[in-house]
Amino acid sequence: MSAKIRENEAVLLRYQRARNKGGEMLWSLFRYILILGISFVILLPILKQVSVAFKDPLDIYDPTIYMVPVNYTMENIKLAMDILDYWPLLQNTMLFVVSTTLLATASCALAGYGFARFTFPGSNILFALVIMTILIPSSTLMVPMYLHFREFDVLGLVKLFTGKAGINLLNTYWPSLITSGLAIGLKAGLFIYIFRQFFKGLPKEIEESALIDGAGGLRTFFTIMLPNAVPPIITVLLFSFVWQYNDTFYTSLFMSDSNLMAVKIASFPADVNQFLPRLLGIEGTEARADPNHVSMIVDTGILLAIAPLIVLYLFVQRYFVESVERTGVVG
Amino acid sequence: MIKRSLTLTQKRALLGILFILPWLLGFLFLFVSPFVQSIRFSFSELQVAPSGYDLSFIGLDNYTNALRIDPNFNRILTESVSEMAYNVPMILFFSLFAATLLNSKFKGRPLARAIFFLPVILASGAIAEAQSAGLIQLTGSSQIAQELGEQQNGFDPMILANMLGNGGIPIWFIEYIVTAVNRIYEIIRSSGVQILIFLAALQSVPSTMYEVAKMEGATAYESFWKITFPMVSPLILTNVIYTIIDSFADSQVTQYIYETAFTSQNFGLSAAMAWMYTIVVSLILIVVGFFISRRVFYYN
Repeated sequence: MSAKIRENEAVLLRYQRARNKGGEMLWSLFRYILILGISFVILLPILKQVSVAFKDPLDIYDPTIYMVPVNYTMENIKLAMDILDYWPLLQNTMLFVVSTTLLATASCALAGYGFARFTFPGSNILFALVIMTILIPSSTLMVPMYLHFREFDVLGLVKLFTGKAGINLLNTYWPSLITSGLAIGLKAGLFIYIFRQFFKGLPKEIEESALIDGAGGLRTFFTIMLPNAVPPIITVLLFSFVWQYNDTFYTSLFMSDSNLMAVKIASFPADVNQFLPRLLGIEGTEARADPNHVSMIVDTGILLAIAPLIVLYLFVQRYFVESVERTGVVG
Repeated sequence: MIKRSLTLTQKRALLGILFILPWLLGFLFLFVSPFVQSIRFSFSELQVAPSGYDLSFIGLDNYTNALRIDPNFNRILTESVSEMAYNVPMILFFSLFAATLLNSKFKGRPLARAIFFLPVILASGAIAEAQSAGLIQLTGSSQIAQELGEQQNGFDPMILANMLGNGGIPIWFIEYIVTAVNRIYEIIRSSGVQILIFLAALQSVPSTMYEVAKMEGATAYESFWKITFPMVSPLILTNVIYTIIDSFADSQVTQYIYETAFTSQNFGLSAAMAWMYTIVVSLILIVVGFFISRRVFYYN
């Protein structure tokens, strides 16, 4: 009797194990399909652009060609680079983006630490105001900021000494450098928040022992707290870099004429229409550039614009997820 | 001499102020003063002179102009708000789902993560603009460009709609699902940061909870709703707020306000629009924040 029960139980157990295993396998298959599908949706536009970039114009009207071109060419890339004036543009953009990113990270780290560790009169209210800077849409402050930088003046000092109404800083890098240096630039409130959450999570004892060993507040920050704050620094550097690189709102507000990737690429289709005939040597004739060819060049230009970001991402994506996880955005 | 008489607390306070000084300066001169000016502008007419500008007070005229006379503002504002109401649940659902997917262990997870966060770095208004402009040139009109773009995904939503309709699901819900499927690229593209936040939250859930649940006989489905969901619920609030702000940051309204200021040179009207917009956004944030924060579960 008891042997029979035991046998039944064994069968039941085996059955359940098999069912569990089957369910698990089914679920993992389902998961792979989902992940593949989503990855496909994300990667498809980039793959299309890569395919277009190397495609010869001959292949445009060949309906049998999908993605993999028959006739390869570097001509599209060359034309797009010519029209964009690519290398000087990239250099310019990099200089601008890197300097604003460094300034923003530095100032936000300072402010984040200040809010995390010190209590001074009104510190909580001030931090609430930091959150408010995140919430107020940038379009609200747009016009006064524009006018402000058109006649930039610190407390009326310029007017006092030269008698003029102030310096016109528009179409220079200064508006962005000043805003990011003073931790009020692009999404700076968010960065301050990230730094504050991280510094709050660090143990206080480190600082106390540093204080007892005779390090001042500034020295504690630079030699002890900052080296420990690598995750939020990486997070903020990355986000700041990417958002600054892609930003069109502030760049077109302050520097509509300047040589920056985001500004250039927004007007790129018009530029291609204008300059392609000349580059193809058909300007002044009745012939027009083929609109499909134009759109090929536009796609190639877009690929060129995002290429630096993708290359950067290939190198840092490992740190990216890890550091965001460790930053304590979760708080 | 004076410094020496300060207590330690006061010294710490001074040091703290020193640390936030860059931000404080920026905040005062580049946030508060534009903020106040913007309020003033919205109540006056602004003429840009060769040097400086002239303001003349006109009361609420700018506001009534924006609401009553301007042909587009009302429409664009309601459109943006309704679009946001549409997108936020989709983005939220998708990002929580994707984060749960990416949190489970499987082969090739680093690669999958790398691909899922690609949209974060490629979400650029400039590129989207250039792309649609390229399409417009290709076809000559934006209407056709849009239809082309819809055709390109090569999927007939009617099949899905019929299938769901036969299943007896309410029409409004079917419409919602169909739009979600059609806009899947847009949704994926705008949920990168949200996935990141949810993923970070998921990793902070102690694994012992899942072990206990498994021993007590809970299925994966049950443990998701009883453990995962409550544990990440504070981050749902964060993500909703982030998504709302993000969807407003590059909405049509911002574009329209920008154009009113710099193309039609009507700075006062633009400031009034910006203020109404700010108020609408804040109201939405307050209402949403209030309702969600009542349901949020805080573990600690």
